Amino acid sequence: MSWETVMGLEVHLQLATQSKIFSGSATAFGAAPNEQADAVDLGMPGMLPVLNEEAVRYAVKFGLGIGARIGERSVFDRKNYFYPDLPKGYQVSQFFAPIVCEGVFEVPLEDGSLFPIRITRAHLEEDAGKSVHDAFSRETGIDLNRAGTPLLEIVTEPDFRSAEQAVAYLKALHSLVTYLGISDGNMAEGSMRCDINISLREKGSDALGTRTEIKNVNSFRFVERAIHSEYERQADILDSGGSITQETRLYDAEQNVTRSMRSKEVANDYRYFPEPDLLPIIIDADYIEAVRATLPELPGAKRARFTADYGLNDYDAALLVPNHALADYFEAVVTAGGAAKPAANWILGDLTAALNRNEIDIAASPISAAQLAGLIVRIEDGTLSSKLAKQVFDGLWAGEGDADQIIEARGLKQVSDTGALESMVEAVIADNPDQVAQYLAADEAKQKKLSGFFVGQIMKASKGQANPQMVNELLLKKLNDQS
Amino acid sequence: MTDNALLSGSVSSLRQQLRDRAVSSEELTRACLERIEAYNGALNAVITMCSEQALDSAREADKAIAKGDIASLTGIPLLHKDIFCTNGVRTTCGSRMLEQFVPAYDATVVTKMRGEGAVMLGKCNMDEFAMGSSNETSFFGAVRNPWDLNCVPGGSSGGSAAALAAGMAPLVTGTDTGGSIRQPASLCGVTGLKPTYGRVSRLGIIAFASSLDQAGPMARTAEDCAIALTAMSGVDAGDSTSADIPVPDFHAGLHHDVQGLRIGLPREYFNEDLDPDVRERVMAALSELELAGATLVDIELPHSHYAIATYYVIAPAEASANLARYDGVRFGYRCEEPVDLEDLYLRSRSEGFGEEVQRRILVGTYALSAGFYDAYFNKAQQVRRVITEDFTRAFESVDVIAGPSAPGVAFQFGAKQQDPVAMYMEDIYTLAVNLAGLPGLSTPAGLINGMPVGLQLIGKPFDEQTILNAAHRLQSDTDWHMARPQLETVAP
Repeated sequence: MSWETVMGLEVHLQLATQSKIFSGSATAFGAAPNEQADAVDLGMPGMLPVLNEEAVRYAVKFGLGIGARIGERSVFDRKNYFYPDLPKGYQVSQFFAPIVCEGVFEVPLEDGSLFPIRITRAHLEEDAGKSVHDAFSRETGIDLNRAGTPLLEIVTEPDFRSAEQAVAYLKALHSLVTYLGISDGNMAEGSMRCDINISLREKGSDALGTRTEIKNVNSFRFVERAIHSEYERQADILDSGGSITQETRLYDAEQNVTRSMRSKEVANDYRYFPEPDLLPIIIDADYIEAVRATLPELPGAKRARFTADYGLNDYDAALLVPNHALADYFEAVVTAGGAAKPAANWILGDLTAALNRNEIDIAASPISAAQLAGLIVRIEDGTLSSKLAKQVFDGLWAGEGDADQIIEARGLKQVSDTGALESMVEAVIADNPDQVAQYLAADEAKQKKLSGFFVGQIMKASKGQANPQMVNELLLKKLNDQS
Repeated sequence: MTDNALLSGSVSSLRQQLRDRAVSSEELTRACLERIEAYNGALNAVITMCSEQALDSAREADKAIAKGDIASLTGIPLLHKDIFCTNGVRTTCGSRMLEQFVPAYDATVVTKMRGEGAVMLGKCNMDEFAMGSSNETSFFGAVRNPWDLNCVPGGSSGGSAAALAAGMAPLVTGTDTGGSIRQPASLCGVTGLKPTYGRVSRLGIIAFASSLDQAGPMARTAEDCAIALTAMSGVDAGDSTSADIPVPDFHAGLHHDVQGLRIGLPREYFNEDLDPDVRERVMAALSELELAGATLVDIELPHSHYAIATYYVIAPAEASANLARYDGVRFGYRCEEPVDLEDLYLRSRSEGFGEEVQRRILVGTYALSAGFYDAYFNKAQQVRRVITEDFTRAFESVDVIAGPSAPGVAFQFGAKQQDPVAMYMEDIYTLAVNLAGLPGLSTPAGLINGMPVGLQLIGKPFDEQTILNAAHRLQSDTDWHMARPQLETVAP
């Protein structure tokens, strides 16, 4: 049987507010256990929540960023369940009336095309604390630092058909929220956690199969692998005539399998009802326009501008734009005089490779945008061959100064003087009579290959400084003169 | 000045005596503490004493008075219901669950009263988590009515009402979710005011039903309630549901004039179900106001009979969530030697909560359950709006709505304990006021067979002034509010 995967994603996005959503406690990552939990976070008797307006603004920014409708009147609800790291015995969330309503998010795929994903809703809620099982023997510790951290839960329609689409969506989401400055999107630290609702159906069918939910997958790579492994599991069951149990599963990255979470005897009934301690959030058009005025240029607009203004292809634009700092770097190179296409090539090629190799962020690049522009200028004006340019790039990386200083210091100027090149070509021809004879005897295709030998000799003799294009032209002319 | 005169004095008269230096706060405080020592054994109205702290505060107050640095309650002794969190002082909410709980913070009401110079004597007994109308559900034992030790004081602010009636303090605080200030005020013969929802901050008050809970004062006179209400009220950044509405000086605004005041008498309150003796007392009080120039008008509150059912869905539903935090994990009662997490939850909550609290948690959980939400909680929310609209419509033609505060006088211990619905009927005249968020007060309207009964006056939203004025006029023309139990003979 041939199966089609149908998926919807729920992303829990930690909003980068200074303080928690309902208390004044700090939200910074990595503090000692319970140092960032006050009486409100602990759910002490008589304590009341006070809504952090910054979280509301961030949610509205997100809604505007994906072109969604903003709920004029959204309401907090209590989601009731018992768990030791849930201090009040309920989580304050938005169930009946979310702050961000339906919208469509255009996700760029690798080929540069756009893939629309329908956003069902996004709502504000507070995070729970953390149960620490490995700190004490036979006892569980509770760390409530995270309790009350603002989350935006972003829910999509079941619009995904492949792991690649899911990952592309998550990457685009990551890019959007970092552009908006509402989250650091750090998956490793839990700022962006993904639940995958996944079911299989016969190709061509419109019906939805029974789904499972894979909870809390915390990297792009794991999302891709978890989907593949869950697909295999469900397909095996269905192929052998079995049926899927609707359940929550966890992805085990070490074994690359999903596992059923401890099944509960009864399904959870969260008994949602409106949170009486908080007023509804009323958002009027003025507020929305004020927030809209603060929005930066978003990835979609930037991609369009990069192709239109700089003549980049969709592919390059799609690679440069997601990382805000990388896009800024590119524009700085262009502003400093570097031609756009070579700038994109250098940034996405050698520079990214070197940064990755050394685990350095673009913002901390040892080569400044102006320096890279200087290098590109020297390639464009013919001073540097691509081979020499690599050497200059290495010099830039090593901090040897600007491109011109390195060219000077290393004596890397490309030799484009016809006279000088002619004598080099003549010398190589004179030194290699056998190869010349072979060349002259060969057919056209073979000749092309053999000419490489002479070019190599000349480049070697010139320490790479000979202008390869000119060498080629002169060589062919001289060899043909021999016949 | 004799102790007895001190112990029956109103806040406004004691305030004057303190200012005149006729008495010191220390003397007054000592007299109250001695009174508590003498009679709390019989009444069980106070569950935590703060004697040393109180005397320190009293001496501070005396120094302030000597310097002329006088606030509205400087030197006035006060008892708080044990639902208000008090920094460093045990706050139990009448429950085994919080028997050892010492908050590290004050409720906003506590802060404000202290800021006005009040001297906290201690904490009053109450129905467990404010759930009850007789004070019999307290983990710390029932409170006795000073008018008859065989009778209940009402609830849930029964300890506060009994202490006030017994002369243990001239001013007490209470909270009222469905009648918990007005009904015990009625049963103990004192004046009690439930302000408009949002008038007083709920921050630091242990929650029962968040959309209904409201704190208010109980005192010997409407005038004293006006003084205390001014001190307690005001928007609080820490309570999102507190109202950002200016707080008038209710005491300065107090007057006697009820000429032309239109008082609505809901047909549904004065029907054949009303006890004839209660009707007689309530009508006697209303006749006084009529005599003073007010007009009595028949009105309708057609959905009144839904109030109890509506309340007993919404309040338990909110309570079931509000009380979920008492899980034995971070604070409060924890069972011995739990074998696993479920055992910890189950036994901590079964052993830590009393029967009535457990009943309401179960009812509330049920009302919110999948498949029942629309039939119960959602329907109750809709009916709540309809009940509120009844009042809004009625207030188009009247200034005040009047009725009984409670269906009868104080009843004997155990009389209604085995019948929750009979107990819930105690609040039949008060519940709707909480559902609509309106201000309501109970003022004494005389005695039936030697036991007090109250007149309830209900006001428009944030118009506490008008009901205070009406009660003030009534108290100027009658002396029902001056009646005191003869505690010395009841509990010698």
